Amino acid sequence: MMITLNGKSRDITTGTTLQELLDQLHIDCRTVVVEHNRQIVSRQQLAEIVLSADDSLEVIHFVGGG
Amino acid sequence: MDELRIAGRSFQSRLMVGTGKFASNQAMVAAMEGSGCEIVTVALRRVDIDNPQDSLLNHIDPARYLLLPNTSGARDADEAVRLARLARAAGCEPWVKLEVTPDPYYLLPDPIETLKAAEILVREGFIVLPYINADPVLAKHLQEAGTATVMPLGAPIGTNRGVRTRDNIAIIIEQATVPVVVDAGLGAPSHAAEAMEMGADAVLVNTALAVARDPGAMALAFRKGVEAGREAYLAGLGKPQDKAEASSPLTGFLRNEPPRHEDTK
Repeated sequence: MMITLNGKSRDITTGTTLQELLDQLHIDCRTVVVEHNRQIVSRQQLAEIVLSADDSLEVIHFVGGG
Repeated sequence: MDELRIAGRSFQSRLMVGTGKFASNQAMVAAMEGSGCEIVTVALRRVDIDNPQDSLLNHIDPARYLLLPNTSGARDADEAVRLARLARAAGCEPWVKLEVTPDPYYLLPDPIETLKAAEILVREGFIVLPYINADPVLAKHLQEAGTATVMPLGAPIGTNRGVRTRDNIAIIIEQATVPVVVDAGLGAPSHAAEAMEMGADAVLVNTALAVARDPGAMALAFRKGVEAGREAYLAGLGKPQDKAEASSPLTGFLRNEPPRHEDTK
């Protein structure tokens, strides 16, 4: 099924949780913050949220800035 | 130096450092260390999914530095509030450098959206440090809305032009009930010293350090500029005068002075 991840379409397996997706992408959940359909997801919730078709995800992290 | 207090928290350093545009993380760390800063700004951006980078936070010791996330990239109040909430969810303390810059050419802050966002974020318990143009009326509105500081610009971001907004910053300082942090445009330690001599409580510098040949050494130079400016402000600067005021006595010369013109009248 298709989701939107950081503005781009991505095909993922049905039933994938947010935590599983981050693991597949080799993203350390301690270094990012995730927004799921415009709702901020706490780290504890990552394993509980099962993704659905057309979900929109933002995976954000800190970068250098003034 | 006397301590700086923002929202009840004490800081020994009056120099804040931005972490953008450095050639490497090592250069950034050298600048942070050289500056003696205790507050560093960071930005929030999308992770590059196909090419995840080393986390910036691996290079910033949270025990030593207060992380001040900015809302750069926000074009209106809603986007700024969204970024601030994300920063807090990422585990930061609820401090935020609020910036709303819809115009990418001059990056001048939008006063109306900034005030709107500040009101929301203060209500949500954030400690809000708003980046603003040097507008004394806006600064008053923001401090009345409960922001922890005001951060007027010296010149547009990254321009290294110095305190071009001097007269308005002087008014902001005179009217301030919260610390005034001059942010943006400071390109040389003398610029930072100038802002501090005027009575600014702190300055924030990024580009001038990031583009220096030696960021660590430049950061140390800025630290000295900030300290010199603060100490001069506290010591009390002389007022500019229109005519010369001799430093040496005007009596006891090794010659016989003719009577002065006024005395012969």
